[in-house]
Amino acid sequence: MMAVTLRVNDREYTRTVEPRTLLVHFLRDELRLTGTHWGCDTSNCGTCVVLMDGEPVKSCTVLAATASRYAVRTVEGLEGEQGLDPVQLGFAAEHGLQCGFCTPGMLMSARALLDRMAARGSAGGNPLPTDAEIREAISGQICRCTGYTTIVRSIRWAAEHSGEEAHP
Amino acid sequence: MQVPAAFEYERASSVEHALGLLAQLGPGARLLAGGHSLLPMMKLRLASPAYVIDIDPLVSELGYVREHGDEVRIGAMTRHRELLESPLLREKLAIFTDAERVIADPVVRNRGTIGGALCQADPSEDLSAVCAAVGASIVIRGLDSERVVPIEAFGRGPYRTAVGDAEMVTEIRVPLRAGSGSAYEKLDRRAGDWAVAAAGVSVTLTDGLIERAGIALAAVGAGTRSAEAEAALAGRPPSQEAFEQAAAAAADGARPVSDQRGSARYKRHLAGVLVLRALNRAAERATR
Repeated sequence: MMAVTLRVNDREYTRTVEPRTLLVHFLRDELRLTGTHWGCDTSNCGTCVVLMDGEPVKSCTVLAATASRYAVRTVEGLEGEQGLDPVQLGFAAEHGLQCGFCTPGMLMSARALLDRMAARGSAGGNPLPTDAEIREAISGQICRCTGYTTIVRSIRWAAEHSGEEAHP
Repeated sequence: MQVPAAFEYERASSVEHALGLLAQLGPGARLLAGGHSLLPMMKLRLASPAYVIDIDPLVSELGYVREHGDEVRIGAMTRHRELLESPLLREKLAIFTDAERVIADPVVRNRGTIGGALCQADPSEDLSAVCAAVGASIVIRGLDSERVVPIEAFGRGPYRTAVGDAEMVTEIRVPLRAGSGSAYEKLDRRAGDWAVAAAGVSVTLTDGLIERAGIALAAVGAGTRSAEAEAALAGRPPSQEAFEQAAAAAADGARPVSDQRGSARYKRHLAGVLVLRALNRAAERATR
């Protein structure tokens, strides 16, 4: 057993776990942050995606011990004082989910994409992702309900609406 | 539920530290780089190391792509995403950029490393074919040793490499040759899958003739380099006829097996088609 300290959604947690504990199980079973879903277990489906230092990773294929070097952000960390994150609002507005199983991973990859687009916008580039860029960003994730079209539309909605906030 | 067998965890803070731990803990220890080859193998219990030495912190020491004299040097902990986004590779060794676009998916590319991919030595792994085509060398370090091994001597068959128990790969060195162009062509069934077949090609033109050709295949059996295909091009001017002969030679030398990704006959045909496409793109880039 070993003590692992993780910074998740700006809070620090220490738990004593086996070294083989994967990040997804640390989040779900130790911290009871069950918003992160556990799917294929083989780094294919992407429902377990969380952010480490702002970049999406598949938490079924990262040891919790490795993640302790990074700031982890999960779907529970999306909602802020201003209310829901634009990506969450986008998925509601454009019907980006049906059963909801893939949604936490999709939301986190979308958040990382939009953060990257904001940085590109600040550097003088286009702050809005193209549909091809949105599709590429979620290409490591599987949805069996929507056919992806409404997910792409939801992320585009979020990009267009975060633009308004960032550049009033 | 897939869970690795129990192990003891160590974290290395430097190359020296990692090599010291490897020497101290013995052959039951394995290095964990990005984790996207080793952890899946451990979940399937195809690997059950007694000790896992996490080298994630070495990304700061071994994460780089830089020009050094007439070589490009790539640190073993450079992640797929860094390779994909490297302007230096896109300009001078576009075969890496081609391949990285189709290796796994963007989320996996955020973690997986070139050193980890090469050390897993999966017969379908793309960067092994890329490194073979460009004639890369692999730097292998031990506590008191450093060896530079040509890529042909690095792979020792599926999942086996020249890296010893107390050694680690620290760097990949790729020669830069004037008048060169390179390309990678891969067919997969869906985004992020292993290749049905893939071909990497590098050509160097001198005075309008092909001075050197490197042709390597992935996922179709046998060794990665195709010496017959390379010989079919050496000393000739680039032409469709020469490229077609090389592609046919590469297909002849392939030893694919029938599986869920396709029949052996189909894969052999595909290998030739992909070599031909890669040769055309590489030659175009060489003359640009």
